[in-house]
Amino acid sequence: MKERRFVRELLESKQRILVLSFVVGIMFLFLIIRLWHLQILNAVDYNTMSENNRLRFVPVAASRGAIMDRKGKVLVSNRPSFSLAVVPQEVVDKEALLTLLSNLLGLDRAEMAERWEKNKNRAKYYPIVLASNITRDHVEIIEENRLRLPGIEIEMKPVREYSSKQLAAHLLGYIGEVSEKELNLKGFEEYNPGDYVGKNGIERALEMELHGGDGGRQLEVDARGRVLRTISETYPSVGNSVVLTIDADIQKQAERAFGEQAGAAVVMDVNNGEILAFVSNPGFDPSLFSGKLPADVWQGYLDDARHPLENKALSGQYPPGSTFKIITALSGFQNNISNETTSINCSGSYDLGTSTFKCWNKRGHGTTNLRKSLRESCDVFYYQLGEKLGVDKIAATAQAFKLGTPLGVELLNERSGLIPTTEWKMKRFGKRWYHGESLPVAIGQGAVLLTPIQLASMTATLANEGTIYRPHLVKRIVDTDGKTLKETKKDVIGMVSLSKESFRFVKQGLLAVVNESGGTGSMARLYDVKVAGKTGTSQVVKLRDSRKSTPYQYRDHALFVAFAPFENPEVAVAVVVEHGEHGGAAAAPIAGRILRAYFDEKKPPRKESTYSSGEIDEDEINDNNEGTISKESGKNEDSVNDR
Amino acid sequence: MIDRRLLTNIDWVLLGLVTTVCLLGILNIYSATTPYKVIGTAYYLKQFYWMLVGMMISLIVCSLDYHILEDLSYWFYGLLLFLLVGVLLFGRRSMGATRWLNLGLFNIQPSELMKLVIILTFARFFNNFQAVGGLTVRDVLIPLSLLVLPAALIMKQPDLGTATLVILIAFSMVMYVGLRWSTIVTFVCITIPMGWVGWTSLLRPYQKNRVLDFLNPERARLGSGYHIIQSKIAVGSGGITGKGFVKGTQSQLRFLPEQHTDFAFSVFAEEWGFIGCIILIGIYLSLILWGLNIARRCNDRFGGLLAVGVTAMLFWHIVINMGMVIGLFPVVGVPLPFFSYGGTSMITSMVGIGLLQNISMRRFMF
Repeated sequence: MKERRFVRELLESKQRILVLSFVVGIMFLFLIIRLWHLQILNAVDYNTMSENNRLRFVPVAASRGAIMDRKGKVLVSNRPSFSLAVVPQEVVDKEALLTLLSNLLGLDRAEMAERWEKNKNRAKYYPIVLASNITRDHVEIIEENRLRLPGIEIEMKPVREYSSKQLAAHLLGYIGEVSEKELNLKGFEEYNPGDYVGKNGIERALEMELHGGDGGRQLEVDARGRVLRTISETYPSVGNSVVLTIDADIQKQAERAFGEQAGAAVVMDVNNGEILAFVSNPGFDPSLFSGKLPADVWQGYLDDARHPLENKALSGQYPPGSTFKIITALSGFQNNISNETTSINCSGSYDLGTSTFKCWNKRGHGTTNLRKSLRESCDVFYYQLGEKLGVDKIAATAQAFKLGTPLGVELLNERSGLIPTTEWKMKRFGKRWYHGESLPVAIGQGAVLLTPIQLASMTATLANEGTIYRPHLVKRIVDTDGKTLKETKKDVIGMVSLSKESFRFVKQGLLAVVNESGGTGSMARLYDVKVAGKTGTSQVVKLRDSRKSTPYQYRDHALFVAFAPFENPEVAVAVVVEHGEHGGAAAAPIAGRILRAYFDEKKPPRKESTYSSGEIDEDEINDNNEGTISKESGKNEDSVNDR
Repeated sequence: MIDRRLLTNIDWVLLGLVTTVCLLGILNIYSATTPYKVIGTAYYLKQFYWMLVGMMISLIVCSLDYHILEDLSYWFYGLLLFLLVGVLLFGRRSMGATRWLNLGLFNIQPSELMKLVIILTFARFFNNFQAVGGLTVRDVLIPLSLLVLPAALIMKQPDLGTATLVILIAFSMVMYVGLRWSTIVTFVCITIPMGWVGWTSLLRPYQKNRVLDFLNPERARLGSGYHIIQSKIAVGSGGITGKGFVKGTQSQLRFLPEQHTDFAFSVFAEEWGFIGCIILIGIYLSLILWGLNIARRCNDRFGGLLAVGVTAMLFWHIVINMGMVIGLFPVVGVPLPFFSYGGTSMITSMVGIGLLQNISMRRFMF
């Protein structure tokens, strides 16, 4: 009985499968009838609708944030730029229109025709840009002739404006159309082809802050492409602004100090790592890069032996030459090999095995102690020290100063420099280190390479006696209302464990370099502030003596590092003059002018007062936050405290 | 693991139909995503990988005898209810709804799995339930409560599309078992007032809007009604022969919303026209009828119920998605199986195909 019920049930369900199949068939038939209705009966209507789809989306680009210096001076902002666009579906006679445009405005007809041709496959309501960056005069002419120019539109969009022309061009960077490669990067998900992004410098490094969010308008247009109404709108959000640690006035003086010479300078606050000036000379005009760069200008940049497009302060790596003697001297203290009384006799050269190492002064320096060795930059003193230390101990001290690694400045592609060690040589060349190779390292030659940022950081660390601050360029991020969103705090990235005394002995030596007779850096001397510094002249290629006829690219680099005031250091400067030949003659005067600018800037009326810069910065932060500049009162208080 | 005799019984018709739809889908995704900015692997390639993954899973599913599932089905059901509650409590929120659950190693969407588990649960329940002459109202009470629990939890997420599908799958299986006329009348009398209550209190505003927009697309041209209009323009402008591969203006100019996922069919309809649609619908129809045929040929009740359930799942996905695209149904997020871009849908559907294959291969064992 149960068996039979089961079989009956099974048979019944098999019948029901047929019913279900029938139902399925009916439902699919509905789908097909509906498709018939849409695709065959009403195809023509829908086709016209798709041809003049009346809804269009017009993206509205966000206005990019501004870039300001530490005192709120605007360095980069936006100005409106006009471009000439055509809406193809409104044009009656294309050829006549192009001719008329070129007659009226004097624009290249062939170029406009080419742009039109390139975009002909886009929807006909979509405006095609025929000429960008047209002048206000052009805009006026078009407005006057509106009736004769059906389909012509003027589009307005913000473009970058560099208020101080070429000032800090490398640092600020420029913007350009986003590339295919960039679109695939993390963080660029929201970007579309044709968007403008920072390509370089701060514009690139802080792209995510500066960019803002694009908005858009959903429009309903009539058959001629005229806007009937806005259906929905999302407003673009303006990008945040970046306040740099740079002081535009110091930056300007520093750039001016270089004149026509190629090179780099970094000016750093020794008590927090803020970079006050960041120079790479010669500069370029960043505004040229956001438009179409004229071919001759581009070629000019490429042909210039001084490489104007290269950011020398960021990615230039130079043999530090004698400025590195600071490290070697400190290494001597650190390893108890030398002290302030250590004295040698310099005869003008030093023999090790079969090799002879020459001092820059062929006649020799005679009896030389640490102070004199720094003051007169005696090489033999450091050859002997280097021989006793060996490369690895010198490298250990250099590494304690965080040399040989990128220091973490905000810009992309910071270089690491190079501090050679025996291990490095083995890895790199598969050869063991010869002891004689340590001697050039001791005077900053050989394989040693440092970036201008590292030179400045090294000097700052010496000046503040052991604290390494992360060098930084961004003071804070503010929104359009000026409200602070992020503030860069000073960041200690390392401490150099050396006795205060050893720092002081070396600093004494550096004071002598600038201020004592016989010192190599006297051209950096200021009459009112005690400057301490060290010259460096680093070989680009090994040369015989006759320097006069040396071609530009083989001449020595001139370096100078300095800090001031000696008693209570505030600021460190590193200057590299490419192929400037003598540190003392080419780089020291530039450093002097930069320091002059710094102290003039800090205290215009009272040149004698010395105070710690930490307090000033705090005052300035408060000033800027409140949007009022009550600098005078801040200064007075400080001065009172000092007395 | 697989009995060699079974291999000779592979259902080539089923495999062939599914592969064809998958490949057409990949071709279509290639076209639909041309105007997109792609980061990393292209969509059509990813879909191809999903297809391969799906087929592997399908192979695993059909290698186990489906009778094992009968014992496990209630356990699955319990686990899924547990996970659905988990989603509501700890789920990952995205786009206004909480559907995903993070299980540490990967994210799962329990509501998607529920579609399969409701099939297993109902198959198990009705396998042991004799209903000569059709089910009475009392017979339906237990399966109804088995359905209401998960459906309500999914509705709460809120995921109207999936909840509707779970109900429709269960409903189809009940129809297969058979209802008495008296039962049908009773339910109609109860459902209508319940529907009214549901409309006024259960549906979210956006869900109501979708239904209203569907009834009157001009209501909001840019709200969800916009999708329907743009999709209808795309389908209609395709005409008889279509605009050609990668030549659809609606899709290439991005007037279509979600044109590689839920609205993939409107891209296809625009570019391949009526003829293309007939071919695609023909393949789908064959697939559904073949699924029912597998159920008919199967000589044990559990297998038959399972096959009907899986076929119903595919069927309702197809009908609702296509109906939505051509303006027959409101916009609910239901993908077109094997055709819309997306891994979740591909895997669920492929597990279903694995079950059908499983049943088809073992039809001679009884």
